[in-house]
Amino acid sequence: MTAQEIVFLLLGVVTVGSAVLVVTTRRLVHAALWLVVSFGALAGSYLVLTAEFVAWAQVLIYVGAVVVLLLFGVMLTEAPIGRSDALDSGNRWAALAIATATAGVLVTVVVRGFKDAYLPPRPGGGTAGVIGSSVFRGWVLPLEVLSLLLLATLVGAIVLSRTDVVREPSDDHDDHDDHGDPADHGDHDGQGRGDA
Amino acid sequence: MITLAAVAIVLPFLGAVACASLGGRRGDGPGPAAGGGSGGSGGSGGGAGGVGVIGGGTGGRVGVVAIVAITSVAASTALTLIVALDVWTEPGVRTGTLAVVPTGSVPFGIGLYVDGLSAVVSFMVCCVALAVQIYSVAFMAADPRYASYAAFVALSTAAMLLVVLAGDLIVLYVGWELMGLCSCFLIGHRRSDDAAGRAAVRTFALTRAADVAFLFGIIVLGLGAGTFSVRGVLTYDYPHGTALAGTLLLVAGVAVKSAQFPVHAWLPETMRLPIPTAALLQTATMVAGGVYVVARLFPAFLRAPATLTVLGVIAAISMLGAALAALAQDDLTRVLGYSTISQVAYVAAGQAVGARDAAIFHLLAHAAAKASLLLAAGCVITVLGSGLLHGMGGLRPAMPVMFWSMTIGWAGLAGVPVAGGFFSTEAIIAAARPGGGPPSGIAAWAAVLVFGALLVTVAVTGAYAARAWLMTFFGERRATRAGGARSVPALMSLPVAALALPALALGFCGLGVPGLRPEPVPTILEVVMVAAGVGTAFVVWNRDPALDPARLLGRRIRGVLARGFFLEGAGDRVAVHSHGAMRALAGPVAAADDRGVTAAVVGSGRALRRLGGRLPVPWGGNAQAYVTGLLAGVVIIALAVVVFG
Amino acid sequence: MHVVYPAVVAALLFSIGIYGVLARRNAILVLMSVELMLGGVNLNLVVFDIWLRDRLHGGQALALFTIVIAAAEVGLGLAIALLVFRTSRTIDVDAPRDRREDRGPADDEDGSAAAAPAAAGAEAEPGAQ
Repeated sequence: MTAQEIVFLLLGVVTVGSAVLVVTTRRLVHAALWLVVSFGALAGSYLVLTAEFVAWAQVLIYVGAVVVLLLFGVMLTEAPIGRSDALDSGNRWAALAIATATAGVLVTVVVRGFKDAYLPPRPGGGTAGVIGSSVFRGWVLPLEVLSLLLLATLVGAIVLSRTDVVREPSDDHDDHDDHGDPADHGDHDGQGRGDA
Repeated sequence: MITLAAVAIVLPFLGAVACASLGGRRGDGPGPAAGGGSGGSGGSGGGAGGVGVIGGGTGGRVGVVAIVAITSVAASTALTLIVALDVWTEPGVRTGTLAVVPTGSVPFGIGLYVDGLSAVVSFMVCCVALAVQIYSVAFMAADPRYASYAAFVALSTAAMLLVVLAGDLIVLYVGWELMGLCSCFLIGHRRSDDAAGRAAVRTFALTRAADVAFLFGIIVLGLGAGTFSVRGVLTYDYPHGTALAGTLLLVAGVAVKSAQFPVHAWLPETMRLPIPTAALLQTATMVAGGVYVVARLFPAFLRAPATLTVLGVIAAISMLGAALAALAQDDLTRVLGYSTISQVAYVAAGQAVGARDAAIFHLLAHAAAKASLLLAAGCVITVLGSGLLHGMGGLRPAMPVMFWSMTIGWAGLAGVPVAGGFFSTEAIIAAARPGGGPPSGIAAWAAVLVFGALLVTVAVTGAYAARAWLMTFFGERRATRAGGARSVPALMSLPVAALALPALALGFCGLGVPGLRPEPVPTILEVVMVAAGVGTAFVVWNRDPALDPARLLGRRIRGVLARGFFLEGAGDRVAVHSHGAMRALAGPVAAADDRGVTAAVVGSGRALRRLGGRLPVPWGGNAQAYVTGLLAGVVIIALAVVVFG
Repeated sequence: MHVVYPAVVAALLFSIGIYGVLARRNAILVLMSVELMLGGVNLNLVVFDIWLRDRLHGGQALALFTIVIAAAEVGLGLAIALLVFRTSRTIDVDAPRDRREDRGPADDEDGSAAAAPAAAGAEAEPGAQ
């Protein structure tokens, strides 16, 4: 077992373990924080795999933007901050069964299919330069389409969260909405620019 | 040389950026912000002040924007002139490549390609754009969005120069798209006018659809040759099938841009836009761009005779139909719009019969004459307040400059001897006459069709030119406002006169080129046809100058023409009829949709609902439960595939 | 390095994500679980890109695109969650039962059946807690 494999396995254990905590913890905010740990370890895995640029994008976007956005969402929806038993729904056992079955099928297939496959000892570069030239040469059209998608998302999020477009069914929640809206706009804006 | 050409392209682009950024703050203020603010920015210079005076109390910022816009195009004009002179003295091809972009398959290069064709056309584009920019200063001065207008004019100039000088088909396509986009913005410039907005959207949709074909054409040619460079495509010996597919796809894009027969409807619509824009679109950018690409890639077209036949048939129909339509119009600008379709069809016809030089010669002559005519028409409309021919008449003493300019312009269009259009029309006729020009491989029947259509169209062109000319300047004065209530600013009459000069003199340039020199038989044919057309119009008009000659002509001939030709005389009806046809087509489709598709969807939905109603499980609308079931199914299927597959 | 290790980690992440989507009640937790699933997919893309030595780096480019799309999805998902919260004061995914198609007399047989779910959604009472 090479050093690379050992490091990767350790990071993998951290990734999977914190992911399990994300979906089982009883505190909403802790779930978001475990998500940070999980994605950080995942970024480390990318680094071990020599996909540097993807790793940094993962850190920037997931850890930097998505989790912050999720925390804002927690705050704005007045979710229970402390321990709460109502985070899991009724079909937890069915979910567990399905997830186990999925994991079983996938792991079996992967192990049987790739048991003789080895990554090249010196894997190809995933530096910003290499990925950048490949994205802007071979993948320009998807990139442009993606920018359109982001634009559409931006517009959609603004439309969805505007109070003057959507009629309020009741009036007594108005003060909350006034708090919630600008924060959502600003946050989403910043995030959209971060990706593009 | 290549550097100069590159600078000539970049300059209008920078000018557009500068205009847009200068004008940006103006747009924020509510309402027309013209006037008033010039005091604060008194440092805008004497030239700006002069412009402001002519523009009638506009702010200093308009002056700055105008200076920037005009200077950039003027510098480009000078540069393209230098390039053209250089190519003239020392013929040959000059290419330069900035960078080669690898794509994974066929790479493309960012570069320019200058030869005689591109040098002369780029100079023409710059001249027209310069005239339009100068004219617009006075014409659009009261417009609060003048800056954005000037920016888009400059940008479409830059885009057209890119198309003309491109050394690579991909670069050409970039310019082509940019030009189409700017044109659509210009068409929709008058935001208050709903019809302009609709016309812009329609043009946009039409050109985009055609550009897909155009792009595929480029890809076919580029992949076929193994390179996208113009030089490579020009010299590559295509197999027949590749050439046919590529050029036919190109023709689809070209026909839309150049407003040829089946897809010409966008051009008359655009006559709602500001006149100088119309002049730019019809002579220098959109319409000229289409036929220019055919000329640019002409060797590829020569390898596909079937494409040339298609082009010839399209051109024949377009030239005659649009000329007849022009004859029947009452609006001066619409006469000119249909006339553009007809004249550009000459160019396409010239290319179809293999006479590329004659065709480009006509493109230049038409650009000078039509730009002058359109700008002069703008002056007339500014003075009269209306562009309707039946409201004009007797304008000759009031507007001598306009009279002489339009006289030269109409003479150039009609092909009256010694005007520029005479030589070019003659050259095309000479090439189209059976056994005349260089063999292009066009089908014999198509060549005959083109030749016949050319001769008839020359006569019709003479008739509509004479009609419009006579009704505008002769006879009794009919309009009440024609007493010079508004005089034409010098900034508007100057470009008109300046464009009329080449329209008159350009023909003599062709005398030095073999193949463009007049030959006796086509000359006589042409003169006879022009005389017939002009004479008929004059005789009919002379009977009663107060009446529209087209009405008398129309009553006799329209009954015959209306059934035989597609345009039925009036542009409005074209739109209405095509609309009607669309509706007629849409009816059965909608019915089939209702009966077939909708019924099937609703029916299956109902069946499922009945089935679901019998199921006893109370899922109760919990989305999570649904997803659980769905994923359980997926896992089972995956298991089945793994185990049994 | 053995391809199986990262592939198994990716498969496990994906399965954990599935569990979260199915078992969690709060919409934001569901979104987090979706992110976990996407993370698993990304890991797979990167690993196989490196294993196959793709000349155009399709896997890594696609992973980047996925990250971007995931971010956009979170933004939109949160906007929807806020909208739902504003109208019904809760974002529990199993709480809003209005989506259930009520079998009223109107939509049993006639053609207006298609419009019924929309109408039912529009008439829903706001406080479903």
